[in-house]
Amino acid sequence: MMVTLHLNGLKVSLEEGATLLDAAKFLGFPIPTLCHMEGLSPYGACRLCVVEIGEGENAKLVSSCTYPVQEGLKIRTASSRVLRARRMILELLLASCPQSRTIQDLASAHGIRIQRFRQEHEDCILCGRCVRMCEEQMMAKAIGFRGRGQARSIGTPFDIKSDVCRLCGGCMYICPACQLRCTYSEPERAVCGGCANLMSPCVEMENFDDLMCYMDPCVACEIHKD
Amino acid sequence: MKKEIVQSILKKNDGSRSGLISILEDIQAKQGYLSEDALRMVAEKTKRSLVDVYAVATFYKAFSLQPRGKHLISVCLGTACHVRGGPTVARGFEKNLSIKAGETTHDKEFTLETVNCLGACALGPVAVVDGHYFPKMKTSGVPGIIEKTRVGLDHVEIDTDQRVFPVEVSCARCNHSLMDPRHPIDGHPSIRVTVSFGHKHGWLALSSLYGSYNVASEYEIPTDAVAHIFCPHCHAELIGGAKCGECGAPMVPMIVRGGGVVQICARRGCKGHMLDLIGTTIG
Ligand code: FES
Ligand code: FES
Repeated sequence: MMVTLHLNGLKVSLEEGATLLDAAKFLGFPIPTLCHMEGLSPYGACRLCVVEIGEGENAKLVSSCTYPVQEGLKIRTASSRVLRARRMILELLLASCPQSRTIQDLASAHGIRIQRFRQEHEDCILCGRCVRMCEEQMMAKAIGFRGRGQARSIGTPFDIKSDVCRLCGGCMYICPACQLRCTYSEPERAVCGGCANLMSPCVEMENFDDLMCYMDPCVACEIHKD
Repeated sequence: MKKEIVQSILKKNDGSRSGLISILEDIQAKQGYLSEDALRMVAEKTKRSLVDVYAVATFYKAFSLQPRGKHLISVCLGTACHVRGGPTVARGFEKNLSIKAGETTHDKEFTLETVNCLGACALGPVAVVDGHYFPKMKTSGVPGIIEKTRVGLDHVEIDTDQRVFPVEVSCARCNHSLMDPRHPIDGHPSIRVTVSFGHKHGWLALSSLYGSYNVASEYEIPTDAVAHIFCPHCHAELIGGAKCGECGAPMVPMIVRGGGVVQICARRGCKGHMLDLIGTTIG
């Protein structure tokens, strides 16, 4: 069965069972994602992929990676409401995990230049990627969620080495929170937007010789070269 | 021996893959907590991965992964109890037991926990000890409760052979008084209920003297018949979950005026009954 819907004003037909994210991808509209990953089941934890559906009074934000396509649905992937929500989500993610490279890159791509909230330096944002990786791709189920609310965490039962873990490292490989990146000289406030910043942090590169820069492409480095 | 307990519980819930919570509840009830071995066994026997079992066990507050004391004290810190001084009561318990909330005393006698609303807000601040409610708690009452708990709160069950006194009861459902002054038995107003057994349906008057088994009824109830007792006002069946300790028939609960519950066995001729007045005598 094909389902027809309107995405940013464009008509598109998709196979039933596809998600709004698939529809947007199909048409080439970018939607940032964090907890979503090809090959893993959709989970809807980070809410970064919000889009707006419906019209007028009834318009609402939904996570596109979990929302199935529906006949006649009207979707906006970049309305001002969506962008505002996305920025807020990113700012909050950034506050809980300011050291994460993935989150920093996302934040700077969305024009966030300053951290407004207190930084918690959590080492996990509970996106559940590793849990799904372990279960769905590695067929191990060595790690999972534990507790709830504030005390929710990811790990092995009883916090001891799991018998079913094969030390494949898949969980670490896909973790968006544990890649660290350069925070320049003001780790409390800096969002490394790299070259996108007017004040490129890396212009004084000599000072940071032994730090690894992930910026791609790094204009500052290019400048340095010539 | 622990192993056997878990095994028998698993056997009881055999075949039902959906019954994880009830399995864990049973184990918790038997062992007082969920041990690592128990969880591993559950995972293995129910063909779930340990991660899933562990996730459920840690998700619900009702489950504890640490051994708990013989007596469980829950102090309510819900909104209503909080404004009425719940935290002070909690501190009182903490001081008296020299533990913090969430901990167990060294002698493994008491576990103290705080909860968020026990659904008895009008009685706040409330503490529940081994299932017994203590309303309108004051810190001064704490040592008394701990003492009583050490002796065993259930000892307060009163044996009729030594005591005979009139009680006034009401329906547990509609709270309507069941007393009937027009048909006195033993010189006291009787307890009037509706009874049904076999195909018969009629009134039944019980003596309100606790300890007397004199009854009058519209139809003669054959000995050993298990009757259904109804409230004559709201027509709800007076039935609780409890079973008679003597014969296993269902118990008929009635609210005692002034607080507490009296339960009588629904089997004609059986003298099984129970009076529970705790919660009013102390606290
Ligand atoms: S990507 Fe959709 S909620 Fe995280
Ligand atoms: S707040 Fe304590 S019982 Fe509701």
